[in-house]
Parts: sequence; C-alpha cells; structure tokens
Amino acid sequence: MAASGKDDVFTPWTDAGATPLIRIDQVTKRFGDFTAIDNVSLDIYPQEFFALLGPSGCGKTTLMRMLGGFETPSSGVISIDGQDMSSVPPNKRAVNMMFQSYALFPHLSVWDNIAFGLRRDGLDKDRVAARVEEMLKLVQLSQFAKRKPHQISGGQRQRVALARSLAKAPKLLLLDEPLGALDKKLRQETQFELMDIQEKTGTTFVIVTHDQEEAMTVASRVAVMNNGQLIQVETPEVIYEQPNSIYVADFIGDVNLIEGTVSALGEGAELAWAEGRTPLIGQPGAALTKGQGATFAIRPEKIAISADEPQDRRNRVQGKILDIGYLGNLSTYHVELPEGPVVKCEIGNRSRIERRDFTWEDEVWLSWSDTAGLVLAR
Amino acid sequence: MKRLLIGVPFVWLFVLFLVPFGIVLKISLSDIDLAIPPYTPTLEVSDGWAGVAAFFSALDLENYIFLTSDDLYWKAYLSSLQIASISTFLTLLVGFPIAYAMARAAEEWRPALLMLVILPFWTSFLIRVYAWIGILSTEGFLNQFLLWTGVISEPLTILNTNTAVYIGIVYTYLPFMILPIYATLEKMDASLLEAAEDLGCSRMQAFWLITLPLARPGVVAGCFLVFIPTLGEFVIPSLLGGSDTLMIGKVLWEEFFNNRDWPVASAVAIILLLILIIPIILFQRNQQINKEAQQ
Repeated sequence: MAASGKDDVFTPWTDAGATPLIRIDQVTKRFGDFTAIDNVSLDIYPQEFFALLGPSGCGKTTLMRMLGGFETPSSGVISIDGQDMSSVPPNKRAVNMMFQSYALFPHLSVWDNIAFGLRRDGLDKDRVAARVEEMLKLVQLSQFAKRKPHQISGGQRQRVALARSLAKAPKLLLLDEPLGALDKKLRQETQFELMDIQEKTGTTFVIVTHDQEEAMTVASRVAVMNNGQLIQVETPEVIYEQPNSIYVADFIGDVNLIEGTVSALGEGAELAWAEGRTPLIGQPGAALTKGQGATFAIRPEKIAISADEPQDRRNRVQGKILDIGYLGNLSTYHVELPEGPVVKCEIGNRSRIERRDFTWEDEVWLSWSDTAGLVLAR
Repeated sequence: MKRLLIGVPFVWLFVLFLVPFGIVLKISLSDIDLAIPPYTPTLEVSDGWAGVAAFFSALDLENYIFLTSDDLYWKAYLSSLQIASISTFLTLLVGFPIAYAMARAAEEWRPALLMLVILPFWTSFLIRVYAWIGILSTEGFLNQFLLWTGVISEPLTILNTNTAVYIGIVYTYLPFMILPIYATLEKMDASLLEAAEDLGCSRMQAFWLITLPLARPGVVAGCFLVFIPTLGEFVIPSLLGGSDTLMIGKVLWEEFFNNRDWPVASAVAIILLLILIIPIILFQRNQQINKEAQQ
C-alpha cells in the first residue's frame, strides 16, 4: 500500500504524504478531578495494527472508547477518515469494537450474533446470510453457527466476537484486551490468527493490551502509555532496542538498570557508576548532558558471561553468581557486583545436555559491546 | 446424614402440604352436617375395619357435582382468572419501568431503592389495604385532591368497584414484580448495550432487541409471582371490591364462614388448587430453562 521502501516494508508513518485514518489532536479527557487522557496527539494510518500498551489505569481503554464513541473528549478533536467525530454516536461510526467481555448476546445463536449488525443496516436476507457464512469461515466456526454463546468454549467465543465486529467491514476495528481471557497457549496461537485476519481483511486494528509480549507480537506500532500520556510511539523493535525512557525500558521486557552520572559524551556516552571502576559505555539517549545523573540500561540477553576477563570489551564487570534460573530455553544468571547491584544475564541453552560451566558462588566476568546498552536521562 | 438432609424438605412438604391437602380433600368428599366438626363422616377408628369401610363408603363427589350445577362457581373462577390476568398485566406495566430505573440508577443508590421497595412489608398487609379505603372512598384523599385541583366537580366512585380491586392488587403485589425483574436487569452486562449500539442500534432498538429479551426470565417470574396469589386473593376484593366483584377467594370465605358449608368450601379450594397447579408447573419449567441457560 503506502509501502515506498525498496523492500516493501509497511511504514506509512515515515511517509510525509500518507494521510492518517485516525487523527487524535490534543485530546484531553477528564472524569471529575481525574485526568484520564492528558493532551494526547496521535496519528494512526490505514491498515495499521496499532497497539495501545500500558499498565491498568494508564488511559489506554479511555482512549479506545473515545475512538468508539462511548466517551467524548473533554477537549481536542478526534477525526476518522477526515471527519470530525465529536458529534457522531457509536451506532453511526464506521468503527466496530470487540469488547473485553466479548459482549456476545446470550439469547442469540452464534449465527444471529454475527448477523446482528448486518440486519441493523437493513441488508436483505441473502446478503446477510452470505456475509455471515463468510465470517464464520474466516474464524473457522461454521459448524457452531447454531449454538448459543454459553455452549461454546472461551476461545470460540473470542472468535465469534471477532467475526461479529468484522462482519460490517468497519474501517477501524477496536480490540479491548481481546485475548485476556484465554490461556497462554491459546493466546499465542490466537495472536497469529489475529494478524492473519488483519492482513486478509485489510482493516485497521487498534488493540488495547497490558501484555507487552502480545503488543510486540501483533502490532506494527506500539504506543506505550502512562498516566494518560503517550510515552513512546514506535515499532516494536525500536521500543525494545531504543526505549526513549527508563519507564519504557523497564515496562517492555527485562532490563538491568545501573545508576550513575554521565562522565563523557561522544560517539557513545560514558557513565561513571562506581568509585574506582571504569565507566560503562553505551548509546546515548535523548537530552543527555555531561555531569547529569543517568541510568545505564542493558537487556539481560545482551550480556555475555565468562570465567576469564574478556580483554576485547570495554564494558566488563566482575561479580559473583547469586542465583541460577533454568527456564528450559534459556538460563538466567543473577550476578552480584561488589558494589551492590545485581545484574541479570540470560544465556540460551542451545545444545540439549549442556555442561554447566558456572555454578553458585562462582566468580565470573560479565561483558557487553559498546552499543549493547543505553544511557538514559533520569 | 445425607438421607437426613434430603429427608428434611420431604418431611416438611409432607407435614405442611400433603397432610393438610389430604384433610381438605377428605372434607370435600364429605357431606354437610350440623355437628362439630360440621361434616360427616368422621373416621371412627374404635369400630375397627368396619368403621374404616363405612367411612370410605360415605365419601362421594356430590359437592363437585353441586359446583357444576350452580353457575356462581364457574363464573367466580373465570372472573378470578380475568381479574388476576388483568392485574398481573397492570403490575407489569407499572413494575417494569420501576425495576429498569432501579437497575440503571447509580450503584450507591440501589440498596436504598431496594429498601424502599421492600419497606411496605414492614406494615401489616391488612392495614395497608384498609388505608386504601381512606384514599379511594368518596370523601377520601384522592377525591378531595381532585376536587381541590378542579379536575373533577363530582367525587368519583372508586371504592367498591373492580378499579379499586386492581389498584389494591397492583399496589400490594408490585414488589413481587419489581424484584425479579430488577434482579435480571441488574446483572445484565452493560457492555451488551454498548455492543448493540456499536453494531448500529439506536438506544431504543437496543432496548427492544437486547434488554427486553434478557429481562424475560425476570418478567415471567414476576408475572407468576403476582398471578398465582392474586387468583385466590380474598382480602383485597372483600375490602376494596363491591358486591359485583366476584372472586373465588371471596366465595371460598363465604362458604366456610357464612354458610358453614365446609365440604363445598373444600371442593372450591381443591379446584382452585388444581387451577393453580398449571401456572405453577409452567413457572417451574421456566425456572428450569433459565437455570440450564445459565450453565
């Protein structure tokens, strides 16, 4: 579509000429004294799979409900497809929502649930039937059409809810914690199904979730929210590898945080973190000045562990193994540095019966490359 | 222990329902007599088997045949059915909006509203019905108020008419209609209505297509809870109704206490019970279906 890159990557947000489907312009929402959404501006492009990610109470659901028309902004404008939505009620929007509780009508069969929205549009019988069958096929539930919602499993209910919200071919589909009620294995399968369906139908999806893994898996872009504000809006890779703040680094995945002060700024930033130790070197984050208090952030899987001092790396610290966690696919080592901080490092278990090189209380060296870590302003 | 637990309700039913039912059934098969008790035969156990045999041979269906010969009785049954049906419908008309408003009220208000619905039960039922006499009579509060506002120039005759009976029944049985409907509406997931709106319904359509069908179990339960006791209602028609208000409960009372014809009165009661069994069975089937639907 808007793919202009040479390798056909879908990145309309980098294309200045692309028109967003949704434009959220300086929107604020207050409930009494509480500010749920604090002056948020955001563009979402057609065919995006956009994730709103944050802890509970961060405002992500409120933002989604405003897109659906169930809440009205206290100030600011939301427009969809160029049209100001402030006075458009939910039943007049080309937006459908998949509710967290699924909100399937308990007195109607699966078939009638999916047909519900189509009938409201006054489609004739044959077209309703054809569309419902198409939707049932899409979510692979054709043989359950006659069942009532309470007669099918949780995973099937989730798919009925999805089919129902997609039946009217909305421009925008909102998904409120769509996989929250499923168990882990089913959730992972369903994530890929969702992506598949999103690709097949070409609908723009906005998903609300507190599960960072889910957001990372499905989304083309992720907006990390906190206290009603957008902290960072980027692709999953950038969110993970280049978080713009300690909050994002800490919220997404595992991270080691070491406090210190910026001692030198050049190609990389140097962070003095302990008396008499060589400074740690990492990529500088935004708005960093020399002498400023900062935090060194390094992902556990980017740290190597060895018995001997690795001479080729500038970032190296010695410590004592405190704990070893065996997770099957990888092992986590908790290494205590003499200065106090405990650093986590993850090593993949690549061969099946691997001799453990290290055990508890061993003195080991941890090392990482100059670009593996980030120095973030506090 | 398990048997004991299961046995308790059976013993309860046996002692408090089946035994009295047997006694009434027996009286309905007896003949009127000027004695204490005012019917014959009575079981003479001292006579041994001959006494038991004599007792059973004296029982007959005379009273039931009598009920069919006098059209007062079937007219009273029909009139009771009619009054019960109409007042159940009226109670539903008044009760549903109240239940709906309660379920839609802010959460912190609901216990107080629920309390207000239950509050009248704290006063004697009889006193409350008597109070309506003071309101509905020709010199009552209602007429005084209407005359004062100038809506009417002549006082209305409401007391001692069927209208007064309907008012009394709707007033008395309203909580039985409100509570089950409120219960179904209150536990309804609010996101269902949002989903309906999201799929293109107006608020009104969402009410007809979602709220009403989901409230159906409560509506049915409420209607039965009003209909069943209303059918045999005696106090309200005798206090508020007129001489032309014909209800089987009133007939029953008159047979027992005015005519002292216990056998005929018992026959009336047995037939009333048989009529009531039909809606009770329907009611239980409805409850069963709901229970299955919830699983």
